[in-house]
Amino acid sequence: MNNKGNVWIFIEQEGSKIAEVSLELVCKGTELAKQLGVVSEAVILGDKLDGNFDSLFHYGCETVYQVEDKALEPFTVLPYAQALVKLLKKHKPNILLFGATLKGRELAPRVASEMMCGLTADCTDLQIDDFEDKVNKVSYKSKLMQIRPAFGGNIIATIVNTWEDPQMVTVREGVMKLTAPDTSKKGKVVKVTPELSDEAKVMKVIKRVSKPKTVDLKKASIIVAGGYGVGTKENFKLIEHLAEALGGQVAASRAAVDAGWINHDYQVGQTGVTVRPKLYIACGISGSVQHVAGMNESAKIIAINSDPGAPIFSVAHYGIVGELKDVVPKLIKAFKAKV
Amino acid sequence: MKRQLIVFVKQVPDTKNISGEAMTPEGTVNRAALPAIFNPEDLNALELGLQLKERYNFKVTVATMGPPNAAEVLRECLYRGADEAILITDRAFAGADTLATSYALSCCVKTVGNVDLILCGRQAIDGDTAQVGPQIAEKLNIPQIAYVEEVISISDKAIKAKRAIEGGYEILESPLPSLLTVIDANEPRSASAKGIMKYKKAKTHSELAKLMRDADYTDAQALADKENEMKAKNLWIYEWDAAKIQADVNRIGLKGSPTKVKKIENVVLKAGKVVSIEPTEAGINGLIRELIEDHTLG
Repeated sequence: MNNKGNVWIFIEQEGSKIAEVSLELVCKGTELAKQLGVVSEAVILGDKLDGNFDSLFHYGCETVYQVEDKALEPFTVLPYAQALVKLLKKHKPNILLFGATLKGRELAPRVASEMMCGLTADCTDLQIDDFEDKVNKVSYKSKLMQIRPAFGGNIIATIVNTWEDPQMVTVREGVMKLTAPDTSKKGKVVKVTPELSDEAKVMKVIKRVSKPKTVDLKKASIIVAGGYGVGTKENFKLIEHLAEALGGQVAASRAAVDAGWINHDYQVGQTGVTVRPKLYIACGISGSVQHVAGMNESAKIIAINSDPGAPIFSVAHYGIVGELKDVVPKLIKAFKAKV
Repeated sequence: MKRQLIVFVKQVPDTKNISGEAMTPEGTVNRAALPAIFNPEDLNALELGLQLKERYNFKVTVATMGPPNAAEVLRECLYRGADEAILITDRAFAGADTLATSYALSCCVKTVGNVDLILCGRQAIDGDTAQVGPQIAEKLNIPQIAYVEEVISISDKAIKAKRAIEGGYEILESPLPSLLTVIDANEPRSASAKGIMKYKKAKTHSELAKLMRDADYTDAQALADKENEMKAKNLWIYEWDAAKIQADVNRIGLKGSPTKVKKIENVVLKAGKVVSIEPTEAGINGLIRELIEDHTLG
């Protein structure tokens, strides 16, 4: 069985602004398409889109399907699912990638269910390989290996969809890297009118309150992150002071977010953002696999923890066993003295 | 007739408190290292269901799919005020992915009948996929509202709910029946002492049969009488298999699952060469100097 369907990327937009994760997936999707000898194509849904899809072409898409209808703005799941399913049935892509955002994680399962195909959430890697289903004695050529952590990040599973295409996955922001854009590259825009049924228009958005994210952790070259070991909201100021002194960005582990010391936008890890700064300072972070998955590609990692047995030390380049209240002011003082 | 809502709950391994390797050397899940708990966000879904019972007089039916031991989470629901409990259990369900699971749960909803509202936790902590809720809604061809924080109001025909969106919230109106996935935005009540007193005696058919066998009661009539007595006292946990919910055997369990697991590996943090820095002024000055020299800082 060899599929010649293309690789599709669901492009998320808010007010025509394309989500960063969608661009990351265009890069990954283009790479997969090359391996399969097909092309990558984008599908974007909305109403009165500004039609500026240059970035999608620059990162590798050959085609953009521009699907517009009044019912597609703002996002609600029923019309989005219906419009997308119609297109999938018509064009039969081999692979379909979604950002693991709130929208992506609401829409993708609904679409997969209707298409009767598999869906793997929150993949951390995607590869092309053959698969032999030994139980049912069936061989598959060039399938999408959907690699994801499970059981709270304690295991890594490689999953394959063996039913209908598309092979569908969601991927979190920051997991796939942006490649260098080719600014001379162009592509084709195909406008689509979805002809939605009344049944798909039964949900109404009565009120919508949303403010854009205030922080972009991925762009920070120095990150100072606090975890549960920080102890209190008051102590979290230490983390802020250190970040400020070093010209870095504050971040946190899930435990610190759950404790209410800082909001979710600042969370690094499997259910937060994946970061790769020049320097990552983990303060009072024990180093759960979920957290480590989001920061272990940092160029330099300093771990500060009072527990010498904390797993964070196994991924750190520099380890300081000590109390934050003692170590952090010393770091600030040393840095100020040297610069 | 009283309106009815169903809350789907799940018993999950406590993935945050693992006492050993998550996988056995044979590559199966090491259940012994993973204590079973009530999936956290399902408690939020149950709480919302119980609030709707108080506000709108809904009958709250709870259901779970799982092995016989999963009856425990149903008793936990009864302790908190659920009206009726269903354990969906059958070896044929084993190995189900989210598509096969949501199909089976949609069959359960159809078997219960007359359901206005379905509540699920956003996701379970064993898989963290958040897929089963939306997929049940699709299988039933009804709308879904994901990431619900609270229900604003319910009329005869529609529900208004507040739900999380990227960087904020929105209020959605959706016709009934609808499915809601609920996030950690309410304070789940604890089991009441009175509830525990009464419902710790609630049993499934298998549990009752085993109890009676252990006590050397093998008389089928005695078992049937006891079952009727417990039903009359509302202490019965219904136990449904694939046939009872009229599930197509080709769409459940491993057979009904499009996704196959190729490989599973334990996560081993790569042991790096960590340089130990003394928490003294000299040690820290040295570290900062090194980082400035290699242009990491400054």
